[in-house]
Amino acid sequence: MIAMDSGTLQGLSTVVAFIAFIGVTAWAYSKSNKQAFDEAAQLPFADEPGAQPPAQQTTDGREQS
Amino acid sequence: MSDHTPATALPEYNTKIVKQFAITTVMWGIVGMLVGVIIAAQLVWPELNFGPYLHFGRLRPLHTNAVIFAFGGSALFAASYHVVQRTCQAPLISDKLAAFTFWGWQLVIVAAAITLPMGLTTTKEYAELEWPIDILIAVVWVVYAIVFFGTIMKRRAKHIYVANWFFGAFILAVAMLHIVNSLAVPVSWTKSYSIYPGAIDAMVQWWYGHNAVGFFLTAGFLGMMYYFVPKQAERPVYSYRLSIVHFWALIAIYIWAGPHHLHYSALPNWAQSLGMVMSLVLLAPSWGGMINGVMTLSGAWHKLRTDPTLRFLVVSLSFYGMSTFEGPMMAIKTVNALSHNTDWTIGHVHSGALGWVAMISIGSMYHLIPRLWGKQQMYSENLINIHFWMSTIGTVLYIASMWVNGIAQGLMWRAFNADGTLTYSFAEAVEASYPGYFVRFVGGFIFFAGMLLMAYNVYMTVGRDKATATASPAAAV
Repeated sequence: MIAMDSGTLQGLSTVVAFIAFIGVTAWAYSKSNKQAFDEAAQLPFADEPGAQPPAQQTTDGREQS
Repeated sequence: MSDHTPATALPEYNTKIVKQFAITTVMWGIVGMLVGVIIAAQLVWPELNFGPYLHFGRLRPLHTNAVIFAFGGSALFAASYHVVQRTCQAPLISDKLAAFTFWGWQLVIVAAAITLPMGLTTTKEYAELEWPIDILIAVVWVVYAIVFFGTIMKRRAKHIYVANWFFGAFILAVAMLHIVNSLAVPVSWTKSYSIYPGAIDAMVQWWYGHNAVGFFLTAGFLGMMYYFVPKQAERPVYSYRLSIVHFWALIAIYIWAGPHHLHYSALPNWAQSLGMVMSLVLLAPSWGGMINGVMTLSGAWHKLRTDPTLRFLVVSLSFYGMSTFEGPMMAIKTVNALSHNTDWTIGHVHSGALGWVAMISIGSMYHLIPRLWGKQQMYSENLINIHFWMSTIGTVLYIASMWVNGIAQGLMWRAFNADGTLTYSFAEAVEASYPGYFVRFVGGFIFFAGMLLMAYNVYMTVGRDKATATASPAAAV
């Protein structure tokens, strides 16, 4: 068994943190989640019955900038 | 936009608890900032240090506890209870438990206001309250978590809106930080000793202390930002996907940044370097969130010209960006060697506390209060505008004077003569700080006076149920 020194631990932690970040980013920006997130983005306005929908915000591809 | 709103009518929300916390936000804001103005005056005019109960050393923790936990805490309770109900389309699971959090939190504040001037303190910064009060805080907080997460579990909306993620992280992290850092052995009703020894105690304290900044003063207020900026701008957040990356990156990194409070101390060197690096990395999610908030206005920038409430919210984000650039810079060891223990740190804290935390809270309350009481708008838009300029000018005076003071102090303390002796005595650095202390007092006073305008405006909005609010002088804009 390889003895782990603090340098190895730091290296491994960096790799794990990097993979986690890539994972979260890929999940957030994946095509299959786009519709769900666009819906969620409208939730602050869901309690306004009668209020005009704040349209043309998420459907015009502005998020892809 | 797809129609995701349930066809059934909206539920009966608990607005009473939100109203109560909204009012205490204004009330404790005034009290906490008044104490701040008093201690700023004490540094300019030391004769103002009266007796054993009212000198700087005892009033200073009263100021920090009042503004962070009483003012900021009330704003967070109000915002989180409002936002969780509205975005989940579900009423709070228990009105009784919610009321318990309100009265329990007020009791904590009163207990702090009594014990801190008496000199009863654990000496841990931002965690000064003694163990019986700590237990009360823990109980109130657990009940808060039950009400908040219980409401999320009962939500009618399919998704959990991102603001609730930030509020949830804030509630969970603060529970963990408070309980771990407050572990102590009581020796009497008013005295206890931390269970941690030496450098470990210091590390636990600053793990708590910096995450009080990261989760109480940042994550919670970001939750506010993600709801109230879109609401006031009447458009959804710039990028919901960025908000998700923002959330996970911020909470994953903040928790490691604490050791930067202990540079060049007995803390192991690797821990200091870890704290420094994580603090530097923190710039990325902080600015990601700031950009996300500010860009929500893209296409609606003209609203800033006419809407002082929106101006409060957006300028608070500018101060957030400033202080989250300054913070990582100050966490660099060599910069910290200049800035540590100087007024620069105080300036940095207030760039965040006045510019970010207070201004986003004030903006959110100006949005929330008329809606809670069923009014079209605040009594006077003009007063909001004046308040906005007072807050901005007050904050700028405060932080600029502390930059000058801090850098002057840091340079004077490290100046050596050719023979290796110190160029300046400590008292000479204090004397050089007086002009800055006076400017800080003026800036702080202006900010405080703005809160009085807010109280008047809120009173005229809320307390005038009989008079019709239609004839408000808001047309003056």
